[in-house]
Amino acid sequence: MAESDHRVMIGLEVHVQLNRLNTKLFCGCRAEYQGLPPNTNVCPVCLGLPGSLPVLNKLAVNHAIMVAKALNCTISRSFNFVRKNYFYPDMTKNFQISQYEKAGGVPVAHSGWLGFANDSLERRIRIRRIQIEEDPGRLEHPEGIGSSKYVLVDYNRAGVGLLEIVTEPDLASPDEARVFIQKLRSVLEHLGVCDTSREGAIRADANVSVDGGNRVEVKNISSYKEIVKAIEFEVLRQTKIIEAGGSVSRETRHWVEAKGMTISSRQKEEEQDYRYFPEPDIPVVSLDEDALQRIFDSMPELPDARAKRFVEQYGLKSYDANVLVLDKGLADYFEETVRLYTNPKTVANWIQSEILRQLNEKKIEINQLAVTPGYLAEMLHMIETGEISGKIGKRVLVEVANTGLPPRVVVERLGLTRIADVEFIRRVAEEVFRENPDAVEDAKRDQEAVNYLIGQVMKKTRGRADPEVANKVVRQLLNGG
Amino acid sequence: MEAVFKMGASRIASAVNAGELSAKEVVTAYLERIAELNGKLNAYLHVNSTGARRAASSVDDLVVRGEKLNLAGVPVAVKDVISVRGLPITCGSRVLRGYVAPYDATVVNRLKRAGAIVLGTTNTDEFAMGSSTENSAYGASRNPWAEDRVPGGSSGGSAVAVSGGMATAALGTDTGGSVRLPACFTGLFGLKPSYGALSRYGLVSYANSLEQVGVFARSVDDLALVYSAMLGADPKDGTTTNFSWSIRDALSRGVEGLRLGVVVEMSGEGIHEAVSSALSTTCKELERNGVSVGEASIKHMGYSLEAYYLIAMSEASSNLARFDGVRYGEHPAFEGDWNEEYSRVRSLFGLEVKRRIILGAFALSAGYQEMYYGRASRFRTLLIHEFREAFKQFDVLIAPTSPTPPFRFGEKTQDPLTMYLSDVDTVPVNLAGLPALNVPVGTFTTDGTTLPLGVQLIAPYGRDDLLFTVASQLERSGLSSARVVEPWGRIV
Ligand SMILES: [Zn+2]
Repeated sequence: MAESDHRVMIGLEVHVQLNRLNTKLFCGCRAEYQGLPPNTNVCPVCLGLPGSLPVLNKLAVNHAIMVAKALNCTISRSFNFVRKNYFYPDMTKNFQISQYEKAGGVPVAHSGWLGFANDSLERRIRIRRIQIEEDPGRLEHPEGIGSSKYVLVDYNRAGVGLLEIVTEPDLASPDEARVFIQKLRSVLEHLGVCDTSREGAIRADANVSVDGGNRVEVKNISSYKEIVKAIEFEVLRQTKIIEAGGSVSRETRHWVEAKGMTISSRQKEEEQDYRYFPEPDIPVVSLDEDALQRIFDSMPELPDARAKRFVEQYGLKSYDANVLVLDKGLADYFEETVRLYTNPKTVANWIQSEILRQLNEKKIEINQLAVTPGYLAEMLHMIETGEISGKIGKRVLVEVANTGLPPRVVVERLGLTRIADVEFIRRVAEEVFRENPDAVEDAKRDQEAVNYLIGQVMKKTRGRADPEVANKVVRQLLNGG
Repeated sequence: MEAVFKMGASRIASAVNAGELSAKEVVTAYLERIAELNGKLNAYLHVNSTGARRAASSVDDLVVRGEKLNLAGVPVAVKDVISVRGLPITCGSRVLRGYVAPYDATVVNRLKRAGAIVLGTTNTDEFAMGSSTENSAYGASRNPWAEDRVPGGSSGGSAVAVSGGMATAALGTDTGGSVRLPACFTGLFGLKPSYGALSRYGLVSYANSLEQVGVFARSVDDLALVYSAMLGADPKDGTTTNFSWSIRDALSRGVEGLRLGVVVEMSGEGIHEAVSSALSTTCKELERNGVSVGEASIKHMGYSLEAYYLIAMSEASSNLARFDGVRYGEHPAFEGDWNEEYSRVRSLFGLEVKRRIILGAFALSAGYQEMYYGRASRFRTLLIHEFREAFKQFDVLIAPTSPTPPFRFGEKTQDPLTMYLSDVDTVPVNLAGLPALNVPVGTFTTDGTTLPLGVQLIAPYGRDDLLFTVASQLERSGLSSARVVEPWGRIV
């Protein structure tokens, strides 16, 4: 039986690092912690040293509010932070400063949705709530989890701001989860609150159930690329159990990236009691309407609005516009190219075919592609002026992508410029005629044979001959000219 | 010239600024005094001899260059829960033995910038949990007034340092009376400011929503001088606020026309008669100076102790979770499961601390959170409201600081509830975030032992200045005075 014959319900808890902020959530240490020697991006506050106090990063609140607005949430006019108490070595205080909707807590936002088109279906995934919290440090198991005699802790990441975005279980397939994550990434990138390509920038837990069976929580999904893989695996695992007549047990499983599978958390996880209570060191945050409006006014264009503009301003089809804005980098790339080469439809076609092919083959992001908007525009100009053919253009693009050389250089190096020199083409055609006397004879009656001769001319010039000139020359020679 | 150890902060600062006395001389005199008395009194846990001398000579250098410093050469003691860069900070606990504070608390930083010199860190009940210093892992401090009496707690070490002339002023912390009670038991002025008036950055949290850094001094002027040096919002503590009054104005203002309310719920039954009479003497003295005195009622005050301990223990259970030995403090060499390692390290806590962690964790646990922590928080809102109502009729409230004079060592250590009850008059102020000040008012003699008495003045939130106005009047009229006392009970 196919997967699609089963009813799948997926809910996500997506953790988004606020890594476009300069500093961590409660101290002045840098939000960008990657690549630094262990435990050098720390201070008394994020190390939880005795006597230190957290001071809320106001910009983090602004970023959270922008995301909440973009996800159509109800924004709390007054909210607070809570402590989530549990012991773990990656926690410097053995509690996490977070938000909560119970025990006297009020999170920054709740009850929203994110819409996208999937298989021409308009989908709206409901957002249950958004909360602001701090990232813990990182544990390093030098010889792998379970086999290491000791564990090292790096607190460089401790205290970096996170948004936890919790969806309702509205996602109906792994593919839908993929599009949801893509759209969410695009929203975050457009808002400028998260560089989603950074390691650890987007992590998730997923709740998966099949055919109304028990809900399984999949934890530890540590990048957006892994989210779909983890969900696919888990849906398949549960489907197999159901089809074999079994029932799925309610449990927490961990996604093990290296093995590409979810495995049951060894000990039966008891319902943890986090002993939530309001964080006394951070005063309640109150927002007046003016302050909120100022934040809304400062928000950049979002993907949906941008797609609409692409349709109106550039005459793109709605489908094409939506494909482009699903990746902010791609949409930027499109607009930058259009500024240099003003035929939007051609640009959009090239991006959706040849450029996307390159990204898929190379498994890279658009900003890593050697074909810059400038190069693409330059190449499109060469096609337009007849210097190269469209077919050659595709070859050129591959070469530019592989070598990083400008299109003009590639064309010259490979000798790909189109030949419009009538005398030269006539000499080639005469050669072809000498080599194919039968075809010349047939050509006097048979259009097929004419095409064959023209094809031979193109072949001898490795596609560089101007097809119109070749056509004309061949016909002239046949007519005795 | 008067012996340096008897001089107040204002005197020392002006003498040092005028070049009549060097900060170095001051420090030398105090270090000698500490060497002489600390063995008996156990006020200091760590004496900062080298650091204090070094700080003194840089103050002297600044003075020579013509700088005027508000606290030039003023020697202060700091409770061992407040960070002083480079000094050990143990919080009176074995858990933090060997840990050296890597940064200055904001209040310490501001005192240093004003020219004050930190003589050392002082004894406290472990993590400020106690009312007598008997919960310190490093032995109790002694009350210079009487060998067998506790100095009060938890900031007992700081109180004894100032009372014994081993510091001019000292910092304590007041979570539920931990400055006012020891000030009362050692005959000092002891201030608990409005919540948010002083930065808590660098103060090791016991119960964040309740506590404030407080000050001990032997005169209202000294108290004002040291307090003003630390005032002002701190970007490192989001709960701090700026207030618009000036203490200098408060000190020179008269009390005439002020309305004083005696809190009936705190001054009736169960109050020692010596305390009652100190209270009425104070009221009469103020009445003589044009203050109108009436009865104020805070109807539900009787629930304060329960609410206070629920909130304090809940916050403490979370605050103290960080002491796991992974990053600092005692960490015995260990192999195995980290939960076991945590247990080993955390078994170093004393009995009272463990009790409060366990009770606090219980009060926050699922299913009980609402019943305990939640209700206590709601009571707090009610109490704040009742105080606000009372302050519509009165400018300042007055009440005993402690229902009894200083009790004996061991008297309350057997039963924790009895010990908790010694905070009954002080905790409402912390729950409501109000400013309060213990003023020493006379003495009481029993079986040949003379003991100090005190009452507390309570002002509306953010009106700490009123406390200074009233206390200053009491001092001027001769009713309130604090003196250096040497063991045992010799007033010098
Ligand atoms: Zn930091």
